[in-house]
Amino acid sequence: MAARTARAAHAGVGAAGRRLRKDGTLAWQAASVLAVMLAWEIAGRIPINYAFPPFLAVLRAFVEMVLDGSLVRAFLVTLVPLVLGVLFSTVVGVGAGVLMGLRRGVEWVAAPVFIVLQAAPVAAIIPLVTFVYGIGLAAKTVAVILLALPVIALNAYKAVRNVNPSLVAMCRSFLGTRRQTVQKVILPDASPVIFAGLRLGVGAGFVGVILAELLITPTGVGDLITYHRSVANYAEMYATILTIVVVSALCLNGLQRIEARLFRPERREGT
Amino acid sequence: MIQAMEAERPAPAAEGAVPAVEVRGLSKTYNGGVLALDDVDAVFPQGALTSLLGPSGCGKTTLLKIVAGLLPASEGEVRVMGRAVDGPGPERAFVFQDFALLPWATVLRNAAFGLELRGVPEAEREAAARRCIAEVGLAGTEGRYPHELSGGMRQRVGLARALAVDADVLLMDEPFSAVDEQTRRKFQEDLLRLRGVERKTFIVVTHSIEEAVYLSDRIILLSPGPGRVARIVEPEIDRTLSPEAIRRDPHYLETVEDIWQGLRDFVE
Amino acid sequence: MRLFGVRLPMMSSLILWCVLWEVAGRLDLVFLLPPFSAVLVAMTEIVPTAGFLRATWLTLGCFALGMALAVLVGVPLGVLMGRSRAADRLLGLWVNLFLSAPLSALVPILMILFGLGTTTIVATVFLFAVWIITLDTQAGVRSVAPSLLEMARTYGAGRVALYRRVILPAALPEILAGVRLGVIRGVKGVVIGQLLVSIVGYGALFELYSRSFLMEEFWALTILLFAFALVLADLVGRLEKRVEFYAGAR
Repeated sequence: MAARTARAAHAGVGAAGRRLRKDGTLAWQAASVLAVMLAWEIAGRIPINYAFPPFLAVLRAFVEMVLDGSLVRAFLVTLVPLVLGVLFSTVVGVGAGVLMGLRRGVEWVAAPVFIVLQAAPVAAIIPLVTFVYGIGLAAKTVAVILLALPVIALNAYKAVRNVNPSLVAMCRSFLGTRRQTVQKVILPDASPVIFAGLRLGVGAGFVGVILAELLITPTGVGDLITYHRSVANYAEMYATILTIVVVSALCLNGLQRIEARLFRPERREGT
Repeated sequence: MIQAMEAERPAPAAEGAVPAVEVRGLSKTYNGGVLALDDVDAVFPQGALTSLLGPSGCGKTTLLKIVAGLLPASEGEVRVMGRAVDGPGPERAFVFQDFALLPWATVLRNAAFGLELRGVPEAEREAAARRCIAEVGLAGTEGRYPHELSGGMRQRVGLARALAVDADVLLMDEPFSAVDEQTRRKFQEDLLRLRGVERKTFIVVTHSIEEAVYLSDRIILLSPGPGRVARIVEPEIDRTLSPEAIRRDPHYLETVEDIWQGLRDFVE
Repeated sequence: MRLFGVRLPMMSSLILWCVLWEVAGRLDLVFLLPPFSAVLVAMTEIVPTAGFLRATWLTLGCFALGMALAVLVGVPLGVLMGRSRAADRLLGLWVNLFLSAPLSALVPILMILFGLGTTTIVATVFLFAVWIITLDTQAGVRSVAPSLLEMARTYGAGRVALYRRVILPAALPEILAGVRLGVIRGVKGVVIGQLLVSIVGYGALFELYSRSFLMEEFWALTILLFAFALVLADLVGRLEKRVEFYAGAR
């Protein structure tokens, strides 16, 4: 069950990403965005709910929050643990994943832990993290790692395990040493999937840092959301949430473009 | 170039007054302006096995799919038993190159699927399907699934499905191209035997000259880019001979060589 | 992995980890980590309590309702996107956006729209699960072999028959894969929703345990939740295996 879970999880999200690029003719996307904005504006004007502001009000709140600096400040606070956590997860996750892929013993010991962490609702542990690490940067970084590390490690593991076996056989038939096989065949062949795992890890990291800020440490973007909600500044609250969703989408999209440029020359046109 | 030297041969005895399928002035332009077929006229006599033969890009599959009603013609018309058609109909059944079997259904249900879509009651359609499965030599495999069968057996299921709907015309799109050579020969022999029993009209797309000569009463040679009828050959092989004897028959070999000499102009 | 010539099953190393947990707990190596055996004892104690059973029913109810809605919306939406290029281009952007967005940031919106109760939790489960179901359904519908569609047409299939007898069965492996991933996401959704609402169900229990430093109970609940998520995903995975033979066949 375990290996399949990991594989399918990746396949699903990976397929999603690919489609975003292929079908994304700009005109259609613009039309689609405009239609949603219009629908939002109308729904907000009716209004369908007292807590559902029209799009333009949210946009105005966004501009105000950018101008008074509160949004930028919050993002800076939020991005620090995100970057730290993702960096840590990348180094440890890729290392652990590659080792799990290469060595049966490491696989047996470590893979199940990552599989459990990826499939299970790890969010439940986040409140506990505060007790251990306080409510500062460390707790948020740990939350990011908790969510990002399993994804990155499992993708690297899967990438190494699914290396084209005939390439490995080729390397051995030309008398390549184990070291050469790993360096010159396995790692290059696995690198696209490893990188895709990093992208998924960044996505998970966003979830982790937001959850940490909403649940335990009242700082950064999460605090901005909680604060504006508590004083019923709904337009400001929506603007903050919209910004974090868009920022994460742009981030992931950018990584995807890098991925396509690095590993998939056949799909480079139209980027 | 090929001369239409054999176009004046007398029609085979099986041909009735009305041809089973008749194609008049057919042209097909794909979106984007590629001309696949250009003013094609062809007659497919009743009870005969006619091959559409030509190199890739000659539009033979396009022609077959237009006859099947799967593709609309840009110009011209298709008549089946004298009536103009512009879509699929119960009097034609299609056999697919990649078999097009439902992977989640048993052999029995696959063979009965054409009848299922027509709303035939289960007992009746399964009886018909069982008969046709036996006819194509697959008796005993009714409960198995396509992935448990070899390529040749899968295509037999596709054939059984086409037979089960009891259509007058069987349209076969390179039916043997996805099976191995041994299976292919056996299959060809079986198809000939079946032809004798069923008295249906067969239209077979193929790119194999030997196959076309071995099987056909009539071969329509198409030239590529855009597809046109280049020549019509009626091999007149003596079917009373054994398969081995046919393949050694000088007349058979001559006809194959003759067609190859004509076709090589298009390939080079 | 082999040890002394015996093949060890993949997940068996979790036992080793539990032993390590026990040792670490006994030696008090990690802060807030009681021995594994104490957690197991706590588990047997909390499971029969009325509060736990109530929270379980609430969680299961919210989860089931949210998943049902996600399937009912996601599958038709995916079929639409798989069959219609226009729908795919209009909706694809949003499906992909929500698929990878930090959806937990949207839960506060759900909380003010639907209140601090079960509706919000149902909505969270739906929001977490629906996108992957939509996307996998779309991919499945799109990958139906063209010759199967032609075959259905030549044998005179109507619109309903085409969908019911060809397209949906052919896309079933992908749809089930989407549902399985949706289940995993939905479990995360039900937990995150309850943690943020924090006055009903497991959320309230977690709040209670962590505030009162009842670490045995806290870990017991966590393990139960993890096990629930894994068992559920495995069940859908088994269902998926039954149709897998033909997913690979094309």
